[in-house]
Amino acid sequence: MSHVEFIAPTKPEQAAAALLAGGAHARPLSGGTDLLVQLRSGRLPPGLIVDLKRIPEAIGIRQEGGGFVIGAATPGAALSEHRALGLAWPGVVEAANLIGSTQVQGRASMAGNLCNASPAADSVPALVAARATCVIVGPGGRRTAPVGSIAIGPGRTSLAPGEFVLEIHLPPRPARSGDAYLRLIPRTEMDIAVVGAGVNLTLDGDGVVTEAHVALGAVAPTVLLVADAGAALIGTKADEAALAALDAAARAACNPISDKRGTIEYRTKIAGVLARRAATIAYGRAEKRA
Amino acid sequence: MSDVLERPAAAPLDDGQLKVVGTRPVRPDGAEKVTGKAMYGADLALPGQLVGKIKRSPHPHARIVSIDTRRARALPGVKAVVTAADFPDLASEEYEAGESASNLRDLSLNVMARDKALYDGHAVAAVAATSSAIADEALELITVEYEVLPHVTDVEASMASDAPVLHAHLFTQGLAEKPSAPSNIAKRNEIKRGDLEAGFAEADVVVEGRYTTAAVHQGYIEPHACVASFGADGQCQVWSSSQGQFMIRTYCAKILALESSDIRVTPAEIGGGFGGKTTVYLEPVALALSRQCGHPVKMVMTRDEVFRATGPTSGAVVEVKLGAKSDGTLIAADVVLKYQAGAFPGSPVGAGSMTALACYDIPNFSIVGYDVVTNTPKVAAYRAPGAPISAFGVESAVDDMALKLGMDPIALREKNAVRDGVKASYGPTYRNIGYVETLEAIKTHPHYAAPLGPNQGRGVAVGFWFNVGGESTAAVNLNEDGTAVVISGNPDIGGSRASMAMMAAEVLGLPVEKVRPIVADTASIGFSMLTGGSRTTFATGMAVTQAAQKVVEDLKRRAAMLMDVAVDEVEFVNGAAVCRDPAKASLTVAELAAKAAQTGGPIGAQVSLNAQGAGPGFGVHVCDVEVDPETGHVTVLRYTAAQDVGKAIHPSYVEGQVQGGVAQGVGWALNEEYIFDRSGRMENPGFLDYRVPVASDLPMIDAVLVEVANPRHPFGAKGVGEVPIVPPLAAVANAVRGAIGRRLTDLPLSPPKIRAAIDAG
Amino acid sequence: MSKRQHISAVVNGDPVDFLTDPGATLLDALRDDLGLTGSKEGCGSGDCGACSVILDGRLVCSCLVLAVEAEGRRVETIEGMADGSKLHPLQQKFLEHAALQCGFCTPGLLVAAKALLDVNPDPTESEARYWLAGNLCRCTGYDKVIRAVMDAAAELRQVRV
Repeated sequence: MSHVEFIAPTKPEQAAAALLAGGAHARPLSGGTDLLVQLRSGRLPPGLIVDLKRIPEAIGIRQEGGGFVIGAATPGAALSEHRALGLAWPGVVEAANLIGSTQVQGRASMAGNLCNASPAADSVPALVAARATCVIVGPGGRRTAPVGSIAIGPGRTSLAPGEFVLEIHLPPRPARSGDAYLRLIPRTEMDIAVVGAGVNLTLDGDGVVTEAHVALGAVAPTVLLVADAGAALIGTKADEAALAALDAAARAACNPISDKRGTIEYRTKIAGVLARRAATIAYGRAEKRA
Repeated sequence: MSDVLERPAAAPLDDGQLKVVGTRPVRPDGAEKVTGKAMYGADLALPGQLVGKIKRSPHPHARIVSIDTRRARALPGVKAVVTAADFPDLASEEYEAGESASNLRDLSLNVMARDKALYDGHAVAAVAATSSAIADEALELITVEYEVLPHVTDVEASMASDAPVLHAHLFTQGLAEKPSAPSNIAKRNEIKRGDLEAGFAEADVVVEGRYTTAAVHQGYIEPHACVASFGADGQCQVWSSSQGQFMIRTYCAKILALESSDIRVTPAEIGGGFGGKTTVYLEPVALALSRQCGHPVKMVMTRDEVFRATGPTSGAVVEVKLGAKSDGTLIAADVVLKYQAGAFPGSPVGAGSMTALACYDIPNFSIVGYDVVTNTPKVAAYRAPGAPISAFGVESAVDDMALKLGMDPIALREKNAVRDGVKASYGPTYRNIGYVETLEAIKTHPHYAAPLGPNQGRGVAVGFWFNVGGESTAAVNLNEDGTAVVISGNPDIGGSRASMAMMAAEVLGLPVEKVRPIVADTASIGFSMLTGGSRTTFATGMAVTQAAQKVVEDLKRRAAMLMDVAVDEVEFVNGAAVCRDPAKASLTVAELAAKAAQTGGPIGAQVSLNAQGAGPGFGVHVCDVEVDPETGHVTVLRYTAAQDVGKAIHPSYVEGQVQGGVAQGVGWALNEEYIFDRSGRMENPGFLDYRVPVASDLPMIDAVLVEVANPRHPFGAKGVGEVPIVPPLAAVANAVRGAIGRRLTDLPLSPPKIRAAIDAG
Repeated sequence: MSKRQHISAVVNGDPVDFLTDPGATLLDALRDDLGLTGSKEGCGSGDCGACSVILDGRLVCSCLVLAVEAEGRRVETIEGMADGSKLHPLQQKFLEHAALQCGFCTPGLLVAAKALLDVNPDPTESEARYWLAGNLCRCTGYDKVIRAVMDAAAELRQVRV
């Protein structure tokens, strides 16, 4: 990795200015678990690396306005150690914690997972289902955007030159809400998701689903928020019929490719299976969370 | 290999009297390895050393039209650039130095392509520079003009008459008539017995199957690495991580047209090999670079290079037809094996053929094997080379036969088991084998009777490996304080220093802590074949034992001199020379060592031998799996592996061999595979998508050691390292069959394939 | 060529200074600049764990950390695990259980296992297996590795009591 330049600014605006000045080959570094691999393999040309970890807002988890703010460079391991976050958003935390090994968890961030723009990113379906937003800093200042709007294709983002994600915001959580994320991998650890499914739902006092969001990973060029799948749950108690409708809606939304990790046919079937199973877990969590 | 045993093997010592052999001491090299001090191939740094790197072909099959290295040579910091033009153009010659015979011309062409690149990753040029970054830049500045040729990576596609031909000089050997056209089928071999047609005519039940396996890599965690230094006087030094320093010396000498005495090879610690480090890739290149510039050159492969350019084992097709009488007697077997060799001939199809039916006593059989070249990396030995592939086919078919006959799978194997006195399918007559005892160990194991839950299945499979002996040298030197040093020429890949020290300690009557084993360089000990084929504890152990016995004889002679009695009045008991005359005080090893100067000088002995009589090994495995019927995901719930090991010198490391072999076999069965894209490039050259088992993928692996002594070894040992990888492929597949009620025949048994099989009903 | 940067860090409790290319990894710096070759490179992509170190208290793959990121940080490697010539209980248990064969993955496994026991003194077998899933071992089948970790955990709990 020759011809790499490195800076570690302490203010978001400095980072944005540096990224803009660094041109097309400038990259923000949060966890680095994708970036360093891509640089080493030659998939990314060397350029300026802007480390975000010395920017105070980019590190740590804060409770604000009833929701959570997660700094862009916060490693997965920190998410699993945060008790309140785990109680409110167990699906988001388990999705982030599925990325790579314990070692990778010591570094990898959800913002990095998001901006790497892999269709198979584990944390993204959970974040999309959670209706998370992110704060983007750029040369023109700050803006907020839904998490689902960041990736626009494999490896491509909607971020303008000089822009980077500084924070991820999880909204306030109503009572009787639950979320869950499941993925299918050939081994038990260390693999890229063949399919991922995140479900986030809220119940009323009778256990009827009032709100539901279902997002699928690795079945399309970007993570899919499947409105029909969410709709299949609303007004039900996630019973067999609702789950069957959810399964069908999830499969209908799939537009995957066949590659070394899975076939179109398999990915489509598994999307339905995992959406159903994740919904059952999320429902169970929502029931327990008064 | 000659069939001469230089010295008769000693009779096995009485088991009841062993004090060291069979115990579990801490290994002598352990502290270095748990503190990070042990020096592996990439850990050495020499003053003035350069970084060497290789430029590799991006095409699986291409004629090399020209290579222009001028711009690379002109880059400041670049000290040497080599291509095939810097290596002698060797004649075709078979040479035995690795785990099997190699053709020296092919070996040289694999190290550096000359006229054609034959696989994605084939070396075409190399540079040495003052830094890694400059070496990378220099590789970019080398221009290679290729004429891209049609390629073929699949074994059966390569056998087709219209396949692109890799080698115009390659004509199929082993045919009745010499073929008129070149072919990718390098060789056809055949083993036959009885009358196949008559056998099948007599059969009441016939099963048939076609089984396929993907190419898989040994997957050692340490990438290949070496440092080489070519002296101004032509004297070379090489430090490298390999399974045999003498193998490195021989191959470097042949490839560079040097004398063996010009090259001294020092073995680094080796970070796993499993057969994959039984040949050369980097060492001759590093020497050629060093020769050009006079600096030491260090070369370390990336993981990508390891996958693309070093030996996997064959992807293969196995066809099996079995015939049995209704009582379960196997009466006929027809086996066809098609093994991928990679870019040059030399797949392990020969061993695959010889082992295919080695567990069975069948009167009529035919085994035909094809060695097929493909535009994929040249295969290298991988743990029991060839045997897991043929066993996958045969053991799957035997499982189907048991089902069809309604017989217990172990009972069917027991009924047809080879025993002492039976002529093996590959020729010799079995003696002192422990196969039936091993079957019994599984049959009576609680695992075999444990209940299974829903979506769970149990699979049984057996496996065989010859085990080998061969040439080894070892020396035992007594120190002046009565401690000892054991010197051998075999890299310690899985605890062999411990077993060498233990065997010497046993003979010398010393505590094992007083015996230090070392692995010496090629100038410091006599020739030893490499560590492989499960030969080291057997053959080198025999040399160590005999050297220690010579020391003991010498000690008795010296004691007799000091006691002033005849030699035959002196016995050696528990580390002391004892005179039959109780009036004479006995002399300990330490006392005798202290008086060495008085009795003739330093005490030590070296033994070189060509060990024969390695007892073959048999393993019987039972595996439980659970299949998620909706996703096709397989979980290995429980695994028990029984094996006849002769005598376990250090039982913990023997168990470790069994457990490690099982893990590799489970990986082969479930997830590991080379995936090539349509352009013939490997799609998964990394540990992310080449999926070896991780800790959470496996249960504890119960290793059951069966000890049926090998009388040709002083302590009864048989080789143990190879056998355990032979049964798991079929054991897992048979368990999956039990769980889902359908037979899968194409490895790996990945979730999509299993779900598709379930859906197919 | 990018200009080399001067980095000050604390490695195994000792202050260290080195010059590094901004593109070099922490593993490169440990091995090539500081002579700490106990951390191994098995893949360079964070998939094998042989380069595991503890960075400011967190287990990481040093091949996925830039050396320049170590400025002002604390790094613990296998070389700092033993207390002088006294082995850490994990190291001792690895020897007693024969939890290593070739030994190449061993430093990374030991560092990762230590990180586990630092946060979870009483792991279940399953927790230990999942925690160590990022440390590939091709020799042992993990059986004796897991036994050694569980045994060391038990011993360390005794010591704490």
